[in-house]
Amino acid sequence: MAGLSVKHLVGIKDLTVEDIRLIFETATRFKEVINQPMKKVPSLRDLTIANAFFENSTRTRLSFELAEKRLSADIVNFSSSSSSVSKGETLLDTINNLIAMKVDMIVMRHPYPGAAHFLAENVEATIINAGDGTHEHPTQALLDAFSIIDKTKCEISEMKIVIIGDIMHSRVALSNIFCLKKLGAQVMVCGPATLIPKHIESLGVIVEHKVEKALAWCDVANVLRIQLERQQAGYFPSLREYANVFGINKERLKAANKKIVIMHPGPINRGVEINTDVADSEHSIILEQVENGVAIRMAVLYLLAARN
Amino acid sequence: MPEHTTILSGKKFNITLDRLCYQLIENHGNFKDSALVGLQPRGIFLAEALQLRLNEILKPAKVPYGILDTTFHRDDFRTHKGPLLPSSMKMEIVVENKKIIFVDDVLYTGRTIRAGLDALLDFGRPASVELLVLVDRRFSRQLPIEPNYVGLMVDSRASQRVKVNWKAAGEEDNVWLLSE
Repeated sequence: MAGLSVKHLVGIKDLTVEDIRLIFETATRFKEVINQPMKKVPSLRDLTIANAFFENSTRTRLSFELAEKRLSADIVNFSSSSSSVSKGETLLDTINNLIAMKVDMIVMRHPYPGAAHFLAENVEATIINAGDGTHEHPTQALLDAFSIIDKTKCEISEMKIVIIGDIMHSRVALSNIFCLKKLGAQVMVCGPATLIPKHIESLGVIVEHKVEKALAWCDVANVLRIQLERQQAGYFPSLREYANVFGINKERLKAANKKIVIMHPGPINRGVEINTDVADSEHSIILEQVENGVAIRMAVLYLLAARN
Repeated sequence: MPEHTTILSGKKFNITLDRLCYQLIENHGNFKDSALVGLQPRGIFLAEALQLRLNEILKPAKVPYGILDTTFHRDDFRTHKGPLLPSSMKMEIVVENKKIIFVDDVLYTGRTIRAGLDALLDFGRPASVELLVLVDRRFSRQLPIEPNYVGLMVDSRASQRVKVNWKAAGEEDNVWLLSE
């Protein structure tokens, strides 16, 4: 019986379509588990997993922690602010120290693109990328695609999905593009020209600068957070202008006049990229994404653990 | 089709299922305080066949029925070749204080049943748990587990396999003894 074709989860780039389907099938079962009265299974009780977050995160870290605990693994948490990294220790030294303490798997978020790949080449433990700079965030893309299938009950290959927002700096966008294209969907990116990387069409996506056209075209809209931290660089005149031109609000949805599934990886800036009346509407699957995130992460951990 | 000996089929297969049903009714009456739980992946066909017959006999009473997947509680997660993929689960029955009857097609080492007992604990504390199997491979147990209701007993070697086929799964209703 075949398992995953990869030993680490560094990016969607390395996964085959069969891998993705296997993860989805396994996640469906884990979704049942997390809705049972007893939410634990003993499968990973012999493993120790370290959550090494060199960059801030609440949602992803909590999601991974819950997934690990529900698989009965032992966990250690590591955040760079309160650690030896501030004393100048290198990434490899930090991780090798963890592994010397017999940690079996490392879930890592790091600000530098390629950090997860670097570790996967250089250490013994299994590495799971929880976001490496502006490169990939594979578990987010997996849970996004899984949520689309779960909500629409359709094959991804039949769907038209638009990703709206700061595409340039978004690892969520890139991983989503890889995942959705692998599964055969039509993908569009929409945002101000300053936030869409040049040559992104080479990934097989359509580029659109008018959000009304994007909404008229798509079945699913994945709305990305405008990263307020980057405002100083002047990618657009003001948040208010962005909200006026690109914000997803009830009027724009009504004008599109069709059923659109609304997604957002979180955290939401209400009133900027998305309005409250859309985020909390029946079109939105934002909270389902969060629930599915735990199931997908359980599936990924379970399948990678089985590869020993 | 692999080389096999058919050890149960046709009329005798159906008579065995009928006999198991009446043995269950003898001990559980109209199933007011009992429930059938089919063990994934192959126990569910037997459980459904029994449930259909029991519902016919006990009309209008209906037998509570659940499907239990034991994959996550197996003891061979590390030693099994490749990942263990779970099957679906449907435990909408009440387990607390009920007499539960595990239903599986073949009882061999007993490890699946041990995993099933652990998995069942996640749903409540049953009043009692009994085991019903269509085929009991005698003298092959690796754990102290024995069935309460048996369709037929088979003496087999470790190199052999017993396979139960079901019309519901697109095969014929019979039991094969396969030599590997």
